[in-house]
Parts: sequence; structure tokens; C-alpha cells
Amino acid sequence: MTTASESESRQIVENAGIPVSRWKIASNPDEALKAAREIGFPTALKLNAPSIAHKTEQGFVKLGIKTEPDLLNAAKELLENKVNESNLIVTEMLHGSREVIAGMVRDSQFGPCVMFGFGGILAEAIADVEFRLAPITSYDANDLISSLKTTNLLKEFRGEKAIDLDATIDLLIKLGELAADEKILSIDLNPLIVVDGLPIAADALVELQG
Amino acid sequence: MTMDLKYLFEPKGVIVTGVSSHPGKFGSVALHNILACGYEGKVFAFGREDGRVLEQQVFTSFDSIPSNEADLMILCTPVEVNEELVRKASKKGVKAIFCAAGGYSETGEDGLIAEKRLVSLAAELDLVLAGPNGQGIVSPHANLCAQIVAPYAPKGRIAVVSQSGNFVSSFLNYANQTGIGISRSVSAGNAAATEIIDFLEWFAVDPATDVALCYLEGLEKGRDFYERVKEVAKEMPVVLVKGGVTIGGQRAAASHTGSLASDSKIFEGMARQAGITRAPDIESAFEIAATFATQPLPNGPGVLVLTTAGGWGVVTADAISQTSDLVLTPLPSDLKESINDLLPPRWSKNNPIDLAGGETRDTIPELLALASKHPEIDSIIQLGLGIQGNTANLVKNGKFYPEHGLERIVNFHERQEQRYAEASIEASLASGKPILVASELATTQPNNPMVKNIRDSSRLCYASANRAVSALNHLVRYSNWRNQNS
Repeated sequence: MTTASESESRQIVENAGIPVSRWKIASNPDEALKAAREIGFPTALKLNAPSIAHKTEQGFVKLGIKTEPDLLNAAKELLENKVNESNLIVTEMLHGSREVIAGMVRDSQFGPCVMFGFGGILAEAIADVEFRLAPITSYDANDLISSLKTTNLLKEFRGEKAIDLDATIDLLIKLGELAADEKILSIDLNPLIVVDGLPIAADALVELQG
Repeated sequence: MTMDLKYLFEPKGVIVTGVSSHPGKFGSVALHNILACGYEGKVFAFGREDGRVLEQQVFTSFDSIPSNEADLMILCTPVEVNEELVRKASKKGVKAIFCAAGGYSETGEDGLIAEKRLVSLAAELDLVLAGPNGQGIVSPHANLCAQIVAPYAPKGRIAVVSQSGNFVSSFLNYANQTGIGISRSVSAGNAAATEIIDFLEWFAVDPATDVALCYLEGLEKGRDFYERVKEVAKEMPVVLVKGGVTIGGQRAAASHTGSLASDSKIFEGMARQAGITRAPDIESAFEIAATFATQPLPNGPGVLVLTTAGGWGVVTADAISQTSDLVLTPLPSDLKESINDLLPPRWSKNNPIDLAGGETRDTIPELLALASKHPEIDSIIQLGLGIQGNTANLVKNGKFYPEHGLERIVNFHERQEQRYAEASIEASLASGKPILVASELATTQPNNPMVKNIRDSSRLCYASANRAVSALNHLVRYSNWRNQNS
């Protein structure tokens, strides 16, 4: 099993039609600056390489970079990590107060499963997630969403729009379809930030066979 | 392809092995139960000692058993002799074996080897093999009680399959208590050749069965089970109790998704997706299955609560608001106007309809007929019946009965209870909508005339409104699933 780089992971889910935050690859600080200008500040900068699963824990993620000098410094610092085949990935900072988590995993008994639930830094503590066996129908996705304990957080909430149910269902169906590719062992979209009702992946992590 | 299990459940004749003069031996018990519960096919007792047991000749050799008269054999003999008996039975035209005998994979390595040999032998001889280590088969539609335990059960539309034989007995005990009967039941035992899902698939094509009721502990082929049980659920409701939370699923745990996954989470999701109705315990599983077996499927979530008086309606409305799939329908204005014509002004004028004691002898039947026909009402929960029957019972047991005109009033109360029960069934049948009657009298006073009348009409009287609400919620959920998945 290998962990795909963030760029490769993003490419896989993006090709399937799942919305991800805007992103660009850079191989040096100057390219990173150019990418950040195109995406717009504030921005996030991360080390991009295969086989690094938990980037935040290893200090390979710089979030909310507001200025050009900060970006250049962060880029230099990250590149000092001598991780094989590494470059940088510049990503858009999404703004939304609600975070959800979605994923795909293969179970030895039931085969590929799609997951969806409460996301963000509290995701594993709250553990309000539900599974369905892939592939899934829109009925399955809808039933999954409504069976969450925190399903009310996805409705209209403190002046924010309700999550776009059709878009969320579509996203979960596409995650399920990705399971048809046997090489993809698991997918994490954590978090997906709800922007103007639309869940958009701020990070993607794909594990591949081999 | 669905395995053909008709010889297990509809045999024209049965051979029982292990019969002896000792009435406690499994073979003797099985023979007794088959004969005593009224099986009308041929029965052949096989044992080691010549003679007669329960007025039956005991055969000590297969040579003297006539050919093609029995198609089912109940094996209650030790592991060492069973293979030979299976070969001989096959030559005599037996098509299905239920192996009640233990000593197989449940005992260890040697038993596992013996079990595998028995399975291959059955396959080689083209025999259906159920068990081993199971308690037997009950098939009331064939008047067959081929099991080594009690009870038998009344004839009905629920088919039971269980990985625990004792839960078969539990379900059958509830069938006897409620009168909501059984079409087939089987204790799958070690399920070496015929698995839970094989039975469920056969139930789906069995004309005697409308609902499957299942107790499941472990699964070895989860995905296969999912794909097949989903097809079963398209044909009929599958009510399932899952014992134990682990089913040995393994996942790559490096991902967040993997670390958030668990056997119970995935099983729960699979069950909802497959249209399985999951019950938390044996008692509610039976009650839900009995509801499926005796009520039409609702077309939508809207429930009307009808009560003669009091807090019953309030508590039931609360229970409905806690469910995932039911809605307390706002009382339609045209229905409200019609009810105004039937009742004095103190009635509740909303849902729950609380008659506030304002009914006369025809009000409840008229109201039920009206409300059940209304297009915005999908189902009705009826409360507060049995009060008149309760009064009748007290008066009947008192020292003044039957003098002082008391006989007349008792008869009136009893007649009214009968009318209410009949009205409830009639309205349900005419409208094709579920109408559930709930009262604690179902258990506190089973001889209450209301309770007896509901029971005689082959429906359940629910012991509380909350239990009726819970059962109805499962009906609505399944009905939605089926509309979306057929």
C-alpha cells in the first residue's frame, strides 16, 4: 500500500468530478509565490510527496499565509525537509464554519464502503459517521445523511445556508464510483468545508495498491 | 440461484433416526413432536432396537423402509453412523436432510472434518442438508413439527430462521401468545451447507410466507449476504436481530475513514441499504414481524391518533415526534368539519383526536371509516379501547351480577368492544391502511373482550402506544425503501 501525494490524490478525486479547493504545484519558492498570487491570499502551503499521510502532525502544512514574504519563508522552510520527490502544493483557503468528512474504505467482509459524517478537528472524537456499501444510489446517500446524529448541523444554521443536499449526494455517489478502481484502497476527504452550501474538499488523501 | 428447500418444509414423508424406547432421546422427541402435532404424511421411525415407539414400528434396517415415500430425514444419530444413513436414505428417495445431531464443527477439529465430509456427501447425492447441530424444522402449513424442542406454533405468514435454536423457540412462544402465526421456522445450526441467506431466499419465493424473521450472529461472506438479502427485501420485509457486534471485518486503518469504521457501523449501514428492518431485541423483532404480517404497508408517513380520552393521545403524539419516519398529520379541515357533526363540541379538534368521552354507540366506527378514507391520513393508532370491557369484567365478577339489570349492561359493553374491533379491521381493510390498536390490557387483561376480539381478528393488540409507534415507524421506513429500490 502506498499513500499518494496530495497532488495525485487531488487529481484522482477531481477527475471523478468531486469539488476540491483550488491548487497548484510549485517546485521552488518563486513558483509557489506565482501560484499563490493566482489563487489569491490567504493561502495554504504544504509539502507534496508520496508516502506522507499525516502532514499536519509532521509540520508539513502552513495554513492561512497572508503575505508574500511569509509565503516565501514558509516555502523555503518546507523544502528543507529532505523528503523524497517532494515539491510544494499551494492551495486555496476555504472559508466556512462547517466541516464534514467523507471517504471510501475497503472492508474485508463487505468490500468498498462510502463514509460521510461530522468533520474537522473534532471528527474522530465525535465519531458521527455512517457507512454504506459502494456503489451507492441517491436514496442510499440521502438516507446516510439523514441518519447522522448531527444531521441538523447540515441544515440552515446561524444565518448560513443549508448544505446543498444534491451536491453532497452527488459527491458521495462519485466517491462510491471511485471504488470500482481496484487500485484505490481508500480515500479521505478531510475536511470538506461547506462554502455557501457546497462541500469542497480542503484536503485529499488516497491510498493506492502496491 | 435460489436453493429449492421445499422437501425440508413440505415433505410428503419423514424418516426420523435415533428413535429409541427412551422418550428423552432426541430421535424419540422429534418423532413424538411430528406425530403429536398432526403431521399427515408418512412417518418412519429408525432405531437400533426392534419394537414399537409411540405406536410406530421401529425400523432397524433401511431395507424394510419403502422407497419414495419419505423425502425428508431428521438425523438424530451419532456422527459415526450418519454418513452411512444418508447414503441409504438417498437410495430410498430422500431429498433433504435435517441434521439435528451435534458433534460436528462446534466441537473442534475432528467435528469440522466430519462436517465437511457430510456436506460433500450431501452435494454428491444432490441432497439439501440443513444443520448440523440444529433444533429442527417447524412448518405449520405442512402440519409439521420436526424439532427436538417445543413449542409448535399456529399457522401464519411469518418465516423464521435463526442461528440460535433457542430464539426459534422464543419467536414461536410469541406466536403462541399473540396468535400471529408462523409459516416456516428453522434452526440453522452450524449452517454448514444451507446458510441463513439460502433460507431467506427460499422464504421470498415461498407462497406461504409474507415476512422473514431472522436472528443472525456471524457472517462469513458479508458482501454476498448484502447483495442477496437486498433482493429478498424487494420481495418481502426481512426483520433481523443481530447478536454480537463483531463480524471479523478488517480495514486498512491508516486512513481516517478506516479508523472511523467498525463492524457495527458498517453492518448498520449495510442493513439500512439492503432494506433490512433491524430490531434491537427478540420481543420487538417478533412484534415488528407480526405487524408486517397483519397490517397493510402504509403509503406515507402521516399518522392519525384516535383516543377516547386522556393522556394516551398526548404521550403517543410525543412518541411519534421522536421517530425518524413518522409525522403526526395536522388534522385536515374537511375531516375536522365532518367530526364536528359526530361529536359534542368538547372534542380536541386536532390530532390526536381526543373524543373526550363524547362518543355514543356509533361514533368510533363512523369516525374510523371517515378518517381512514382521508387521503392525508396514511395510518391510524387507536387508543383507549377496552374500557368498557374492563368495566364488564369487574361487574361480571361482582356479587350483584347478573341481577339489577347488570347482565344487560355487561352484554352492551362486550358488544361495543366487539364492534370497535370489527370497525378497526373493516376500516383498515377497506382503506388499505394500517390501523394499530394499543392498550396495556393486551398483557394486563388478556381476557378483556376488546383484546380477545382484536386477537380473534388475527391482529396484534399492542401493549403500549409506544410499541405501536415503533412498529409503525419500521413499516413506513420499509415502505419508503421498497418504493425506492424496486
